[in-house]
Amino acid sequence: MSVKTPTAAQPSAEITHPAKARASPFQRLASSIGIDARLLGMLAALMIIWTGFHLLTGSFLTARNLWNLMVQSSVVGVMVSGMVLVIVARQIDLSVGSVLGFVGMVMAFLQVQVFPLEVWWNWIVTVIAGLVLGAVIGAFQGYIVAYVEVPSFIVTLGALLAFRGGAWLVTTGRTVAPLDTTFQIFGGGIGGSIGATWSWVVGGIAIALIVWYILSSRTRRRKHGFAIKPLWADILVIGLQAAFVAAFVMIMNAYPYPGTTTPRGIPVPVLIMLGIAVLMSTVVRSTRFWRYVFAIGGNPEAARFSGIQVRKITLLVFSLMGFLAAVAGIIATARLNAGTNSAGELAELSVIAAAVIGGTSLSGGVGSISGALLGAVLMESLRNGMVLMGLPSALQNVVQGGVLVLAVWLDVIYQRHRRR
Amino acid sequence: MDAVSRPPLVEMRNIYKSFGGVHALEDVTIDLFPGEVVGLVGHNGAGKSTLIKILSGVYEADRGEIFIDGQPVMIRSPRDARQQGIETIYQTLALADNLDAPANIFLGRELIRAPFSLDEDAMEAASRGVLDRLKIYVPSLRESCANMSGGQRQAIAIGRAIYFNARILIMDEPTAALGPQESRQVGELIRQLKKEGLGIFLISHDLHDVFDYSDRVSVLKNGRLVGTVRAAEVTKDDVLAMIIAGSLPSSGLETPRVPASG
Repeated sequence: MSVKTPTAAQPSAEITHPAKARASPFQRLASSIGIDARLLGMLAALMIIWTGFHLLTGSFLTARNLWNLMVQSSVVGVMVSGMVLVIVARQIDLSVGSVLGFVGMVMAFLQVQVFPLEVWWNWIVTVIAGLVLGAVIGAFQGYIVAYVEVPSFIVTLGALLAFRGGAWLVTTGRTVAPLDTTFQIFGGGIGGSIGATWSWVVGGIAIALIVWYILSSRTRRRKHGFAIKPLWADILVIGLQAAFVAAFVMIMNAYPYPGTTTPRGIPVPVLIMLGIAVLMSTVVRSTRFWRYVFAIGGNPEAARFSGIQVRKITLLVFSLMGFLAAVAGIIATARLNAGTNSAGELAELSVIAAAVIGGTSLSGGVGSISGALLGAVLMESLRNGMVLMGLPSALQNVVQGGVLVLAVWLDVIYQRHRRR
Repeated sequence: MDAVSRPPLVEMRNIYKSFGGVHALEDVTIDLFPGEVVGLVGHNGAGKSTLIKILSGVYEADRGEIFIDGQPVMIRSPRDARQQGIETIYQTLALADNLDAPANIFLGRELIRAPFSLDEDAMEAASRGVLDRLKIYVPSLRESCANMSGGQRQAIAIGRAIYFNARILIMDEPTAALGPQESRQVGELIRQLKKEGLGIFLISHDLHDVFDYSDRVSVLKNGRLVGTVRAAEVTKDDVLAMIIAGSLPSSGLETPRVPASG
């Protein structure tokens, strides 16, 4: 073994870590900046796909298309961070598309058939009802998985069928439309963006948070006397991330409403998607819950022996997934301005594909929100680009399926290479 | 002075456990004193693992009592066991490989920064302290444990136990996954912890290990206690005869429930 355990006599400082010693200059730079080399690889793949589509269609890299791409990504992007945790915990959830459809249908039904339409509280009550319903459905499935010990593949496969049927039963297959005007904002349509000024405010807050986060963790590490990254590396990271945020806001602001020059700004569903991703990868990530999910995925026995309540955590993971499927249901239903029993069909595949392409390991214990979000954008870019090219949807499915297998294949090679 | 009147650190008395009609343990009684290492030996399926899993709260006994410092205690979960100062180090190196050393050392007992955030930095600093105390060098504590050697990983498992001031350590085949050099290091750790007054149950297939470190040896066969002997007064062949045939040696045997000579 290359890692030696030195006795007291050996000077410990001279022992280099094998992974570091083997790293290429590019990897060393990436690791000193603190960016995962794998994430950079994904970004590069995305850039290649975008450039390729732009060369083929001439209209891919326009503000209009990128704006649309972001909105299209939001349904999958909202759910994917939940799916990361599900897969990290060595489970699977095949029901998210059907739960999305069922919850969306119930919300539309409540909004139009039960409550008076266009009353100020209508959308608030239906949204809350939908979120609670999603969380309860998730918790119920999680209960069966964790306490009754039916494998999640079967439980959620059953739920995939059951809730798709349930969505039909709510109105015996009738589509419910139109919906509450305020509710439609969640879909990102007319009035569903926050405008140029507020987009810059959001961007400014994001940049401020980035600066605060990096500098405060730097101070804390110094206080404990730990090694800290060189200042230039931290400044470079701040600069890169701030530039990324600014570019994003500029693109979102470059697409005006039809027939006007009024910029749309960041669409509400995209704001929700980003908000959830940020919340998950900062706040939730710093909790015991997150740590336990990863511990369970890494070594379920060790987790149990350490006194972690594996069943409870599993139930919570599924409940969170159900909640996020409900959020996606709000976006999808509002965007369509209708409740239909087919909403979210095959969404489970896109969500799982996005998580896996984003580096979530199906053997559990490994996964990241940022990777999964990139995976969602990548999958949606393929679909969007193929639509622009006018490819039939059957062919799109073939390509998307192939890309999923290819991505996992590449990951297998990457993992094998890393272990050596 | 009078060690006989002092209650043992741990006493498991008349323990029964069966799994679906199969008697894994029948009427087993063992004890352990501070600063003592008691070896638990026996064939696969003799009941060693079941016995220690009852003590560490993974299983619950069907019948029988557990005393800590002479007081009866209920141990229903790993958490209960830890509250009694019982820590277990498993043969399978029970670490979550995808997590780093501090995460593993503090697993299930994380330090929290208000209001709910994990205090990663404090845990890293404390981990460094524990590993220094064990004289174990780990280059980067923020690397996942998958990249570490067997000895480092075992040290992390032991560090996890001693950081939380374990008084009773259960070591299930602590050297099974290690090379000779690393096994010696773990042996050193056992001696050091013993000197600090911990009581250690040592489970091992390797009779050399058992005789090297143990003060007393309890032998199990088919779920029953064959007997407990003082390691210095018996030979390996005596213990082998106990393991294989269940026959008792002519000397060195102690009568059940009378603590070691004081």
